[in-house]
Amino acid sequence: MTIDAHFELSYPGFSLAVDVCLPSRGVTALFGPSGCGKTTLLRCIAGLTRAARGRLFVDGEPWQDDDHFLPTHRRPLGYVFQDANLFPHLSVRRNLEYGRSRVPETARAQSVERVVELLGIARLLQREPGTLSGGERQRVAIARALLTSPRLLLLDEPLAALDVARKQEFLPYLERLRDELEIPVIYVSHAPDEVARLADHLVVLDAGRIVAAGPLAETLSRVDLPIRLGEDAGVVLEATVAEIDECWSLDRVEFGGGSLWVRSCGHLSGKRVRVRILARDVSIALERCEGMSIMNCLPARVLELAGEWHPALALVRLQVGETTIVARVTRRSAAALGLVAGKAVWAQIKAVAVIG
Amino acid sequence: MLSSTDVAAIALTIKLAGLTTVLLLILGTPLAWWLAQTRSPLKSIVGAATTLPLVLPPAVLGFYLLVLLGPQGLVGRLTEFLGLGLLPFSFPGLVVASMIYSTPFVVQPIQQAFSALGERPLEAAATLRASPLDAFFTVALPLARPGIATAAVLGFAHTVGEFGVVLMIGGNIPGRTQVLSMAIYNHVEAMEYANAHWLAGGMLAFSFLVLLVLYARGGNRTQ
Repeated sequence: MTIDAHFELSYPGFSLAVDVCLPSRGVTALFGPSGCGKTTLLRCIAGLTRAARGRLFVDGEPWQDDDHFLPTHRRPLGYVFQDANLFPHLSVRRNLEYGRSRVPETARAQSVERVVELLGIARLLQREPGTLSGGERQRVAIARALLTSPRLLLLDEPLAALDVARKQEFLPYLERLRDELEIPVIYVSHAPDEVARLADHLVVLDAGRIVAAGPLAETLSRVDLPIRLGEDAGVVLEATVAEIDECWSLDRVEFGGGSLWVRSCGHLSGKRVRVRILARDVSIALERCEGMSIMNCLPARVLELAGEWHPALALVRLQVGETTIVARVTRRSAAALGLVAGKAVWAQIKAVAVIG
Repeated sequence: MLSSTDVAAIALTIKLAGLTTVLLLILGTPLAWWLAQTRSPLKSIVGAATTLPLVLPPAVLGFYLLVLLGPQGLVGRLTEFLGLGLLPFSFPGLVVASMIYSTPFVVQPIQQAFSALGERPLEAAATLRASPLDAFFTVALPLARPGIATAAVLGFAHTVGEFGVVLMIGGNIPGRTQVLSMAIYNHVEAMEYANAHWLAGGMLAFSFLVLLVLYARGGNRTQ
């Protein structure tokens, strides 16, 4: 299954023009600042907004082209709105049944028990939507969408209305969805930490245009983009827990470029984890330094340099084994160290976050 | 106390108001839905036309209806041609006149309730495979229920209280077209103040009760 989307539309003060092919598996994040058009793009895919000119093929099926426009209720998709948008006149159970009962029995791929268990909402079934917390409402909304057995799940910033504590409580459910669902998920977000934690693919939008699209690690390490990620420039790597040092509460995780010591997070050896390294936590040395507190020091090669949001700063893309990471240094340091493409250096990594 | 013509007038009034309200809810709800949803340029014309009975003197409305429904009027000729006879001075004529007279009191609360819903519940329904008609019955109507209840109460009460239109189109035929307000008028004309008090006092109590119920419900909703 692939999603081939081409949309053009304009309102006063805003125009959207995208042409993108989204992957058939995993979580694709539509990322960008407020007003960049990511929600509009999602609504165009759902058919809630009708682009003046558009072409949308899902799995080879035309959902929209010059002659056809499949109305939303005929599209096999699930949509989760930013504020859940549950029906206030129906109980949680009847909200769940609303979509499910409208799908022919033969097309029902999800069972109520499984979805209710997956999202942990068994206790809530008899409640009215008005009595639920924000996080509970979002979980019910996701369950309601899943019970239509969609072939594509669209999430519009489901965490935007939640406070930090609720977000932390909610994220594990999304991770379970990502790991257990076989359908592609398109996830709109403006929060880099959510994207780093959940996405497999990244589409970066700005002012109604796509500025980058590709696998997460690759796209995050592009130094021409982080200007839009601001303080959060950095990369995400897939790694495996290789060694556990109980004495110092540290885990050694291996990735394509070597290994890193991280704070122990209770995983067993062999567990796949996602680690995030922010550019501001990586510094560069010409020689391997001894006698300092930083544990993670990896041999690297400079790939390219780029300017940053502040004229004093530069981003350096480094090849570490078969992966790339990004370091933020001052331009003066870059000049003093003589950093040019191809130069061999040491990357000193001050902090590594395990994000799931 | 109440004479037999008074009782007949009360019964006729309730029958008239009840039938008018039911018919207006059936016809007015789709109209209100259209007015709340449409972006058609006709919206302002239709909107103004449905509100007209609110500002028009009932005598003007009744006069034009009499002309239109009478033997020389377009509608009158049509009803005669169809074998229905003439509507003025008959109960069906009163129902038609009352429906037009009470339209704004039914359509406006429903239209406001639909407008207040916005697009969002309907979008949610569409993403859950509900066709627009399905979503209308399972989402829009249930959510607009308070507005529809208000419309029913206002439509009923307003029809009960009408005078001018009925006088013009229905006359004052006891048992057939004589409604409550007409009976009061007759008692006053005949200096039968005691009888007039019974009917007028009853109307006063009824009207107050209706508003009391409406306001109590409105208060509950905002809590």
